[in-house]
This record gives sequence, C-alpha cells and structure tokens, in this order.
Amino acid sequence: MNWDKFIVDGLKHGDPLIIGAVVSIVLVSIAIVAGLTYFKKWGYLWREWLTTVDHKKIGVMYIISALVMLFRGGADGLMLRMQLAAPEMKFLTAQHYNEIFSAHGIIMILFMAMPFIIGIMNVVIPLQIGARDVAFPRLNAVSFWLFFFGAMLYNIAFVVGGAPDAGWTSYFPLASTEFSPGVGNNYYAIALQIAGLGTLMTGVNFIVTILKMRAPGMTLMRMPMFTWSTLITCIIIVFAFPVLTVALALMMFDRLFGSQFFTMTNGGMDMLWANLFWVWGHPEVYIVILPAFGIYSEIISTFSRKNLYGYKSMVASMAVISLLSFLVWVHHFYTMGQGAAVNSFFSITTMLIAVPTGVKIFNWLFTLRKGKIVFTTPMMYSLAFIPIFTLGGVTGVMLAMASADYQYHNTMFLVAHFHYVLIPGTVFAVIAGMYYWFPLIAGFKLDERQGKAAFWTIAISFNVTFLPLFFLGLDGMTRRQYTYSAETGFGPLNLIATIGSVGLMIGFAMLVYNIIWSFRHAPRETKGDVWDGAGRTLEWATHIPVPVYNFAVVPEVDRLDAFYFAKKEKRSLFKDKIEKIHMPSNNGQPFILGAIFFFWGFFMVFSMWKSAIVAGIGVLILLAMRTFERDHGFYIPVDEVKKTEQSYGGDSV
Amino acid sequence: MKKKGSLLVILTLLTFLLSGCTSELLVLNPKGPAAALLSETIIFSVLMMAGVLVVVFALFTIILVKYRASNSSPDYEPPHDEGSLKLEITWTLIPIIIVSILSVVTVKSTIAVEKPPAGYENQKPLIVYAASSNYKWHFSYPEQGIETVNYLNIPTGQNVEFRLYSYGPITSFWIPQLGGQKYAMSDMVTKLNLVADTPGSMMGKNSNFSGKGFAKMEFEVLAMSQGEFDEWVNDVKKTAPPLTEEKYDQLLKTEFVGRESFSNTHLEFRPAPEDHSSHFKKPGQKDENESDNHEHHEGHGEQHNEETEVEDHSNH
Repeated sequence: MNWDKFIVDGLKHGDPLIIGAVVSIVLVSIAIVAGLTYFKKWGYLWREWLTTVDHKKIGVMYIISALVMLFRGGADGLMLRMQLAAPEMKFLTAQHYNEIFSAHGIIMILFMAMPFIIGIMNVVIPLQIGARDVAFPRLNAVSFWLFFFGAMLYNIAFVVGGAPDAGWTSYFPLASTEFSPGVGNNYYAIALQIAGLGTLMTGVNFIVTILKMRAPGMTLMRMPMFTWSTLITCIIIVFAFPVLTVALALMMFDRLFGSQFFTMTNGGMDMLWANLFWVWGHPEVYIVILPAFGIYSEIISTFSRKNLYGYKSMVASMAVISLLSFLVWVHHFYTMGQGAAVNSFFSITTMLIAVPTGVKIFNWLFTLRKGKIVFTTPMMYSLAFIPIFTLGGVTGVMLAMASADYQYHNTMFLVAHFHYVLIPGTVFAVIAGMYYWFPLIAGFKLDERQGKAAFWTIAISFNVTFLPLFFLGLDGMTRRQYTYSAETGFGPLNLIATIGSVGLMIGFAMLVYNIIWSFRHAPRETKGDVWDGAGRTLEWATHIPVPVYNFAVVPEVDRLDAFYFAKKEKRSLFKDKIEKIHMPSNNGQPFILGAIFFFWGFFMVFSMWKSAIVAGIGVLILLAMRTFERDHGFYIPVDEVKKTEQSYGGDSV
Repeated sequence: MKKKGSLLVILTLLTFLLSGCTSELLVLNPKGPAAALLSETIIFSVLMMAGVLVVVFALFTIILVKYRASNSSPDYEPPHDEGSLKLEITWTLIPIIIVSILSVVTVKSTIAVEKPPAGYENQKPLIVYAASSNYKWHFSYPEQGIETVNYLNIPTGQNVEFRLYSYGPITSFWIPQLGGQKYAMSDMVTKLNLVADTPGSMMGKNSNFSGKGFAKMEFEVLAMSQGEFDEWVNDVKKTAPPLTEEKYDQLLKTEFVGRESFSNTHLEFRPAPEDHSSHFKKPGQKDENESDNHEHHEGHGEQHNEETEVEDHSNH
C-alpha cells in the first residue's frame, strides 16, 4: 500500500501551520479519548447522546458542532485577513490561501450556518407546536449523523491527502481533474454529498412534523412565525437540495470515473456546473436567512411585549421570497455573456426580492413601535440586525443591477455585501436564538452583562472588518486574491479590516467564555416562562429544563400567541389529565450508519474501490436491518410522568 | 448608542463616497464611455439606496428612543396591534416603485454596455482577441497581425471589440476604468466593446479565481493616440520575433511570463473557439471555420497574415 497519497503536501514541506493543525487534531483526539476513559463517560456518551433520538439533544449536538465549526471557519477567516493585512505579505502561500478561503466558505455556509439553524429548529419547533418530538425521530438522528460525519470527512482533508482549493463554488473546469489533480475536490464532492443527504432528510422530516403534529387548535395561521419560517425553509430545502445532490454526483462521476459533464472537451460544459450550483446555491441563501427572520420575529415580539405586526404579510412575504429564490440564480454570473435580455430578466426578479424583505423590515419596526422595548442580549442582536442588514440589503439591490454588477462582480464589494447580509442576518440570529432559547435546555440564562459585552465587541468589529471592503471593491480589488502590490493602494483599508477581524475573534471568544462561565455560575431558573413572563409561544408553557416528553399534557390552542393570552386571562392551555406517554426508543444505528458513510466517503475520495464497495454494502445492510426491524417505542407510565412533574414543583399543569 | 452610531457611520460613508473620494476609486473614475455610464448608474443607485437607508434608520432611531421600557411607565401595556392594511400596502408599493425605477435604469444601461458605445456604432471596431492561459493574457490583433502577452495597447477614440476565451479555467477580463468585465471560457468566445477616451495607463486584470497564480494576472492597458498606436504596431511588426506553433505551445505551458511581443498571431494556427459546435469535436480536429477567418482578414487588407501562416507551417 502506498501511504504517500494520504500525506498532505504541507506536511512534506514542513509548513508550520499544517504541522500545527495535525498536532492539535491528534492532541485533541487523545485528550477526548483519555478524558472519556478517565471519567468513565463512554457509557454515558453512548446512551445519552450517540444513540439519542430526542429532538432536543440532537439540536444541542447540531449547535455544538456548529459552534466548533464557527471557530474553525473563523480561524480560517482570521488567517485570510492576516495574509491581506499589508501588501506582499508572506504569511500564507497562494496554495494555502486558496485552500483556506475555500474552507472558510464551505464551513461557514454548510457546516456552521446550516447546522446552527437546523439545531435551533430541532430544539424549538416541536416545543413551539406543542409536540413531543419530530415526526420521524430516528430519521432525525440519521440526518444529524450524516451531517456530522460529512463535516468530519471534509475537515480531515487538511491533514489527510489535501484540501479542496477551487473555492466554495468549485467552478469547473478549475475543479476538474485536469486543473485540480489532487484529492481535495474529491473531498468536496463526497463530503458535501453525505452532509447534503442529511439536510434533505431534515427538510422532509420538519415539513411532516409541522403539517401533522401541531397541537389541537393550532391552524396554520396560528403558528408562531419561527415555525412558519421553518416550514417554508424546509420546502425550499426539498426543492433545492436535490439539485446539489445531482450536481455533486455529476462532479463525482467527472472526477472519479472520467465522465465529461463539466470538462473542456467532448461536449463538457463548464457553465452547466455554474448553473446547477447556483440553482441550489441561491435558494440555499434563503434557507439560512428565512429561519433567521423567524427567530427575529419571535424575539422582537417578545421583548417589545407586543404581538407581531402584520402577521399575514410576514407569512406572505416569506412565501414570495421562497418562490423568487428559485428565479434569480443567474445573477451570480451576469458576466457569463448571456446578453442583455436574460440579464435584465434576472435583474428584475432579484430586485423584486427587496419588496417582501422591505415589508418585513417595516413590520418589525412597527412591532417595536408602541412597544415596551427591553434590551436583553438576544434583543440587542435582533435590533442590531435591522440597520446592518438593511445596509447589506440595499447593496444587494445595487448588485442586482446587471450593468453595475459588471463592475462589482468578483470584487471585495460583493464580499462586503454577502458578509453584511449573512452575519447580521444568519449569525446574529442564531446567536440571538441561542441566548433566547438557551434556558429551555440548560435551565438557566446566559449571563446578560457578559453577553452584552460580547455583543458590542462583535457588532462593532463586524463593521470595522467589512465596511472597508465596499471601498476596496470599488477600487478594483478582487476577491480570492492572496496578495496585492503596494502600488494598488489597497493597504490601509485592508489593515483596518484585519484589525476588525481580530476584534471579531475576541468577540466570539467572549461569547464562548460567556457560555462556560454561565454553566458554572448563572442562577438556575425555577419557572418555565423565564423572560420575565413575556413568553408568547408554547415553548414557554412547559417546565425548564424541558422534560424528555416536552409536555405532560398536550396543550390546546385557540388563537395566535395562545400562551400569552392564557396567562393574561388566567386560563390553562392544558385541559386533559396526565396519561402514559408514547416515546421513541434510542438506537445506535444512525450513528453507525453515519460512521460507515464516513469510511465509504474516505475510500471513495482515494479511489479505494474494494474498500468502498465493502462500506457501501455495510450501508445497505443497515438499511435492510431497519426495514425488517419492529420497534414501536415505549411508554412512560403515568406515575413516572407525575413524579417528574412534581420534581419541577408541579404547579404548571 | 448603537443605532445612532451606525447612522453616523452610514452618513459619513456616503459623503466620503460621493465627495472627493470618488475620483480615487477606480470604478468611479472612468476613462471611457462604458465605465462612465456604469459609474453614473452606480452613483444613482447609491443615492436611491441612501434614501431608503435614511428612512429606515430614522424610523429605527425614533422608535428605539421613544418606546424603550425605561422610557415608559411601569404599568404601560403595549396595545394589541394586528397591523394596518393601508400601511402594509404602502410599504409594498413604495419598494415596487423604487425597484421599477431601478429596473428601467438597469435594463437601459445593460443594453447600452453590451453594444458599442453611443457615437461609435458606425465605426469599424478594432478587433483584439484576449485569451487567458494559466496565469497570463495573450492579446492578438488579427488585423494588424501582431500579438502581445501581458500588456495591451489600444488607440483612444476607437471602439475595441474584445473577443474573449480561455485555455482552461473560467477567467474574467476586466479593465475597471474602461467598463465592466466579462468571462472568458474555454468553449466559446464572448465579446466586449470598450472605448478609451483619454490616453494613459490603466490596470486590467482577471477578476475570476482561476488557480494559484490568479493574483498575478494583472496587465497594463496603455491607451494612446491613433498615430502612436500605428507607430507601435509597425515597430512590433519590424522588431518582434514571429510566434511559431511550437513556441506558442511552450508559452501556453509556462505559468508566468513577463511582457512579450510577436509579429504574427496564434489565431493563424490555433483559431479561437468561435464556432460553438467545435467543442463537440475531438481535440485536434481541424476547425472548418478557419477559412472564415481568412476572408475576414483579407477584407481588412491584411493578406500578410496568410503568408506568415504558410511560412510557419513550413517551419515544422
């Protein structure tokens, strides 16, 4: 066996960054294994986490993975900024820079934003609709483990074999074997495929959950806004992700089996990849932004002590955005030469998205109006979102204008724009959502003083980092260029941006410290409705930390914000008496399936066919086992439910 | 507070953008009609969007100051407010009007920059093929029968029709001060019309990531008077070496080269992929379109090309 192919070039050349990465991965792995063994936690890990089908625990695992990936992607971003801090920097080589910006994009979109959003959906959605779990708990675990092992497969690329270096968009023919002969882009094709399958299953699972498992009385138009946004997002997932699946499969055929879909010869079409990628890629942007809109709607309404303004137009605007999201993909390559007519069409569809988005902005503003605004940490992020995202949005309208885009395309102006929508849009939202719903899982709030300090550091540093990029773009600085000369005059603004990125890193470190500190010192909450009794939706109607069965009795809903009105009118939403509760049983197969997929993917990346076939058969065996398995779950007896309820104080039901 | 701070940032940003600084930023410092039109379009859209920002930021600031909990009495209970159809229609219609105005501007300017600039429609364009390979640019002047690498000279007041293609990854040909960019791809030729108004040196580059030497794909564009341009062409024809197929193949393989000049073009033996069906042929198959090119050249009185081509082939 030739082991050489597994060793990355950086290691052979003694690149200190790569050696550092390898050493730290090995040390962390040893530390985790040793820690688990020393504290005798293997059994706990297996029983409570690896085999769990509980939506709350799966959500927590998604969020922890996303936070880890946020740091991985953030460290990448910091390295990119270091390299660009001054002209002709020698911090990174061109090859290393290319791998890092590719990783930064892939990780931040697919392995940070997506799992963070899906994690929050997992924790919140069943609670918000008064359900005890998602529709298919076992499939939910499969989704998570496919995402997790897909992400792991992608992450080992840096130390085993070589990382993808053709950008997160992986445009052909650059990503073909002709121009990228290493295994890097095989990792792209396979790891994204595995994670993407998990996402597709999540989409199906949550559509069914929301359509079929709502509490009695909760009609569609009585659903909380976050539930609405999740439903619409999952519909986009179900339509958009199959395109990625197909595109990645074709890419795999091209790279591993010598087919010619996207190559330069024999009728291959490089533009076909760009089209397929963005037919998925643009809806993907809305997959990460619509749930964020949902999160903001909940938080803004809660902390202005007021119902959401224009509920119907909020729902309608999301539906319109979801339709338009499939009609704008060409704006990612106006410059491909398709002519004025096609570009004009896509310019108009793209600009039209500003209309429903504007409706949402004004509805949020009018929710705040006449409210009683309380500045909690989640509310600070939600408020900062409005002006910063508006700036990102209006620059988006500018980019949508095809003629002007001929001057913005591929420049730092574009980079500034999408960071201005994705960070205040998605990242602020998931952080806000984490602060807001944290007590549901943990039983305590994150410290507010530290939270606000982290917020200000992040919000200010964000603007310092990305505002200069608008000007650099207009001055002709292109994205993805690893260096520039002093004569270009790009130096000073780049230095400001780099200083800002250090501030961002400090801000995120403060956020993690905030979490760790709060675990040890934050006062434990005793009642469910922790935000000064301002909760409006069902997740605040149960105890915290939320018991495994969520609700001892299924709540009944008679209007929007039912919990708020029940509190006001001093009624209870829980009318039935406690009965035995049907729950799904834990199972190790999803984890094992994910692990086998990981090995299958690894063998595919290195074209080790025999091993890949064996792993593939392993996948089929697990699917067959599931087919013939009879597992009807189990019941929690009434006594046990009553005992648990009493342990919370027993007053809520 | 945050919101006032950001409002201030935006306003300073805008004044900064629209005042003295504009002349410093390449895109807003045009040297040709296409870039001038795009610069005007950009500034127009910035002003429109600034209007939107001012409204949102003003509302945001007023609401946050007025309705903060610390500003209201402890027993104040916010009203239940389901929305107002009138207001919601208003803030649907106003964006639609803004988008409509911008759409008209966009469609007009997009059509305009896809054509030769106004006033140059009837002028016979100077044709320059710009092809990227690895991390360099080849500029061929078929009518003049010369070729350069990594530098581009053009006459002022003359519409230049660039025909773009790539030997490999997609690249994007961009001279910010002359006009917008366009992709160069391996299986077709895309066209871009640019005119330089004033003589001078400008930056041109590939803006689309194409591999590890991408950052080095800048080239100098020198706009000069027609007389100077003709003189330069003659000079190159007299002093520069001929480009043989062999030498060209070697050039294609080399990743980075400096400036080079040749007294003929590679199009003679390696035509551009102008016929879209050509990529369905096997590599190396003779392109039937070749004869068209010759007619084209003859039409411009450059029979010289054919002679050099014959010579080149006999060299093999």
